Amino acid sequence: MRFYEYEAKAVLAKRGVPVARGGVAHSPDEAERIAREVGGEVVLKSQVLTGGRMKAGGVQFASTPEEARAHADAILRLEINGQSPRGVLVEAKSPVKKEFYAGVIYDAVAKLPVAIFSDMGGIDIEQVAEEHPEHVARAHFSTFQPFQEFRMKELVASLGVSGNELGALTRVMSKLAQTFLAHGLTLAEINPLAQLEDGSFIALDSHLDMEDEARDGQAALLAELGIGKEETRQARPPTPFEIRGAEVDASDHRGVAGRVVEFDGNLGCVIGAGGGSLTIFDALRKHGGRPANYCEIGGNPSVKKACGLTKLILSKPGVEKICVIMNVVSNTRVDIVARGVIKGVVESGYDPAEKIAIFRIPGSWEDEGFKILEKYGVDYCDRTVPMSEAARRAVEKVKAGA
Amino acid sequence: MSILIDEDTTFIIQGITGREAVNMARECLDYGSKLVGGVTPGRGGRDVHGVPVFDTVKEITSKQRVDASVISVPPAFVRDAAFEAVENGIKLVVIVTERIPRLEVAQLIEFARRHGARVIGPNCLGVLSPGKSRVGGMGGAAVAARRAYQPGPIGIMSRSGGMTTEIANALTAAGLGQSTAVSIGGDAIVGSAYAELLPLFEADPDTKAIVVYSEPGGPMEAQLAKYVKERGTRLPIVAFMAGRFMDEMPGMRFGHAGTIVEGKADTTSEKIARLLDAGISVAEEIADIPGIVKQRLGEVKG
Repeated sequence: MRFYEYEAKAVLAKRGVPVARGGVAHSPDEAERIAREVGGEVVLKSQVLTGGRMKAGGVQFASTPEEARAHADAILRLEINGQSPRGVLVEAKSPVKKEFYAGVIYDAVAKLPVAIFSDMGGIDIEQVAEEHPEHVARAHFSTFQPFQEFRMKELVASLGVSGNELGALTRVMSKLAQTFLAHGLTLAEINPLAQLEDGSFIALDSHLDMEDEARDGQAALLAELGIGKEETRQARPPTPFEIRGAEVDASDHRGVAGRVVEFDGNLGCVIGAGGGSLTIFDALRKHGGRPANYCEIGGNPSVKKACGLTKLILSKPGVEKICVIMNVVSNTRVDIVARGVIKGVVESGYDPAEKIAIFRIPGSWEDEGFKILEKYGVDYCDRTVPMSEAARRAVEKVKAGA
Repeated sequence: MSILIDEDTTFIIQGITGREAVNMARECLDYGSKLVGGVTPGRGGRDVHGVPVFDTVKEITSKQRVDASVISVPPAFVRDAAFEAVENGIKLVVIVTERIPRLEVAQLIEFARRHGARVIGPNCLGVLSPGKSRVGGMGGAAVAARRAYQPGPIGIMSRSGGMTTEIANALTAAGLGQSTAVSIGGDAIVGSAYAELLPLFEADPDTKAIVVYSEPGGPMEAQLAKYVKERGTRLPIVAFMAGRFMDEMPGMRFGHAGTIVEGKADTTSEKIARLLDAGISVAEEIADIPGIVKQRLGEVKG
């Protein structure tokens, strides 16, 4: 979950990283008031969770509160990459002397957090790393307290920084790294980290990401920022179909019948599990199929859950048939999924033999499962038929309309 | 031979009285694994399918050798369970639980490393050496596991537990048994990535080829490609890449937690290019894997 810039700066400021004076406004009036309080020249920045704000006109400068009001009015109406702004950040304009980069991510190879520092800030760090690798330094650090500040000193010093700047930058890097650890972040970036004319440092922009797994442990911070549980901040907001999918999954603690993602197709998918779904979805597309949804079933879902998911998918306009495909299952029971899916089809008012294009789930309790499928005349296959072949058959049936 | 586990491996299950763990215990016993005990705080003195349950790991390790532990406790308790296993001298920790915060995963792996212990997972189904032992729930009921997995020369490393069995099944059907199958876990950070397990397979004379199941997200495939390119390997490697459709949907999360694409290097097209560049075959279909493996094995012999 990505934080808005104003939220990221609030988190950083609380942990002692200097940020510009100002605040977030939700109306031109509010922007004018903040600009007056800040005094002097201000910068107004659209609060969206996407890059390219400057290019899109989402960042403007104002010399007077009246000008700030006018810019805020325009920025609040401006969509950037399809996103309406959450608000407009109004901050004192900072006299910048030099721009640096400070970042922390996980290095999955070292399995440790890594702090990244560059004396070329203000541009994308991946680009700097590619074009000017000598201007990017990295240092891994331990996930155990107490935090070793000397590692950040070594990191900053490795690019030739010394004197007063070394101490100041070491402190910012350390605070950023500790913020990363304290709040379950997977990305903590200050870019640019600006050195002002008076020599002090300030976070001009920041990008923080928190993983979903950390949200429970960070409830206090999220409450403070006013971020509710329902605010997932995925690449796009969930559709009503996806929300109903999550409800089906939550209806029963047994197994998984969730992570439903809606697509614009005619073939409903009751597929699983984690890796199996990825493999099947690729296969359906490869064979020219148009999936209506992505989903993952696994962990031995109950009949009720498999039934609920099936009914949900069949209720989606344009779904002509469903395919039921999984990898060879270990703990999920074939018979329970078969029973649930058939129940869902029947309760939706359809004939399972006609509506289920193919059922390919081999593994635990398959003999019992296959018996049920036979009884209802459903076309099924066992482990001798590869997943991709089952996907192909499903796609062909939908195309034939039979 | 096999890697990580064999017929003598003794292990415990932490969280053995949980619903999933009770099934896992049954399945491991049926498979012939040496499951010697379980731990659930407050349930000491009971038993699960005849396996004694204790309150602490120490109560077991103080009395007998324990080679491995399977951790199947809720996410909030995993880190401490791993600390407890490692602190009590267990050298192989298999973490089944998913949805553990990344920081806690990093912490428990760092702790294990300092104590010379290896972590498999989190978010995995464990390790299976056909005909010898199984540590974890991979393959399900013993009869099903015996059907999908047969002893033989192929090592499997997979980011998906379910797909490990699918691949083993395809190999077995083609007459290619397995030396050891490792479900390495679906999270962004896992205890043992491909490149870290490959040297173990290389040291196992019975392993003749490797099959790798991979997904979008993370640097694990690039790390493997780099390892193979720099050091070479006697083992032909055949990879399968799932989730190719995700390249068109940046920022979306499908499948496992680790599939989130955070940069260009995380995409399947980029990973496939790196694997191929390192001489690793990339199968288009699971069903193509056995044929490619046989072909690559033929090249080695020739």
